[in-house]
Amino acid sequence: MAETLWVGTRKGAFALRPDARRRQWRLAGPQFLGHIIQHIVQDPREPSVLLMAAKTGHLGPTVFRSTDRGRNWREAAQPPAFRKAGDGETARAVQRVFWLTPGHEAEAGTWYAGSSPAGLFRSEDGGERWEPVAGFNDHPMRPTWAAFGTPDGEFLHSILVDPRDPRHLYIAISVGGIFESVDRGKDWTPLNEGVAADFLPDPSAAFGHDPHCLVQHPLVPDRLYHQNHCGIYRLDRPARRWVRIGTAMPKKIGDIGFPIVLHPEDADTAWVLPMDGQTVWPRTSIDGRPAVYRTQDGGRSWRRLDRGLPERSAWLTVLRQAMCTDHRDRPGVYFGTTGGDVWAGASGGERWHLLVRHLPEIYSLTYAA
Amino acid sequence: MTQTPACTVRIASPLRSYTGGAAKVAADGATLSEVLADLDRQFPGIRFRMIDEQDAIRPHIRLYVDAREVKSLSEAVGACETVHVICALSGG
Repeated sequence: MAETLWVGTRKGAFALRPDARRRQWRLAGPQFLGHIIQHIVQDPREPSVLLMAAKTGHLGPTVFRSTDRGRNWREAAQPPAFRKAGDGETARAVQRVFWLTPGHEAEAGTWYAGSSPAGLFRSEDGGERWEPVAGFNDHPMRPTWAAFGTPDGEFLHSILVDPRDPRHLYIAISVGGIFESVDRGKDWTPLNEGVAADFLPDPSAAFGHDPHCLVQHPLVPDRLYHQNHCGIYRLDRPARRWVRIGTAMPKKIGDIGFPIVLHPEDADTAWVLPMDGQTVWPRTSIDGRPAVYRTQDGGRSWRRLDRGLPERSAWLTVLRQAMCTDHRDRPGVYFGTTGGDVWAGASGGERWHLLVRHLPEIYSLTYAA
Repeated sequence: MTQTPACTVRIASPLRSYTGGAAKVAADGATLSEVLADLDRQFPGIRFRMIDEQDAIRPHIRLYVDAREVKSLSEAVGACETVHVICALSGG
């Protein structure tokens, strides 16, 4: 039980594992049938450890932890929760643990969690007990940064830890923007210059933008990309102004989508899954013809990859956490749809085939080595 | 010292993973807050699934003492009354 694709769904957790020749994938599960599984993440520092963000339709949110690669799970002793509100303060309660990120390699057992409503939490004991990160949750600007929300609520996601420095963090808030900390979360500054926000009354505002998915290359940590409500962007630190690389996508396709994933070795290679963002925002495959697009030159050009995907009448939606790559030299690319299908793109997405159908609505698809 | 008689707490099915499958358990306390605290002492983690960090009853949880719905954790729980934990389930 090694290489695994973990599938977080609206009705439980599933696991897909390939045979030795990677010809067949076997589906295991469900575990936690009936639970809403938002995110399942392996600890790269201790590969036998995984964390799972979960809730049911009526019970409060929680985190489960496995120390045996997902065979068995135990609930966190103290799940993420906001501090008790003082007199006159707005009381907030975590509705959903939305995002999980392992901490820095040098900080064994440290994890971060993002919530809905937008909150940041840290565990220093492998996910057993979680504390609010006051530097963000009590930041005087937080109510303004996270004022807008989405129809599904406001949420904090895409927590990134700079592999060179555990104090250097990035987070993203839907309809809030991207924020950076250089002091382990004590203070935060917006990082949204150059990002379009057509829906804002003041498109030049410092925050209020809508990043869907923010990623940082593990080997070139000064290289960031993000898929936004208003385009695909790249940032090369120490610059602060994002460049919209999505303008190089075909005009008929545009550059709207939810996930963006990176090649594990090559910082110039990334994959996106464009969706229809016109009028009322269908958020489905454009013209019913799903395709993944790949850049291999940092966003200067993009190539359509659709061999093996449905050619018509396929209205797929892929959420921001539901796309990933494996760690092979020519990595496989994978995505899971809200219709319950999991697709695999061999050799960087050159050929696609269906791994499994008829799962519940997929919220996340993550790779565990 | 007089001990508060234990009341019965009827546990909704989504929470029975905490009680080892038991649908009815006993818990001590003169108020709902005390009963829930005792419940959490016996079955760690169960309270947070029903009551949030601001001590508010979660939106899809309903608590009754005998036949009366309770909105406040300071509600008194009389001797031998039954606390019902109901999960309001709807949709798909």
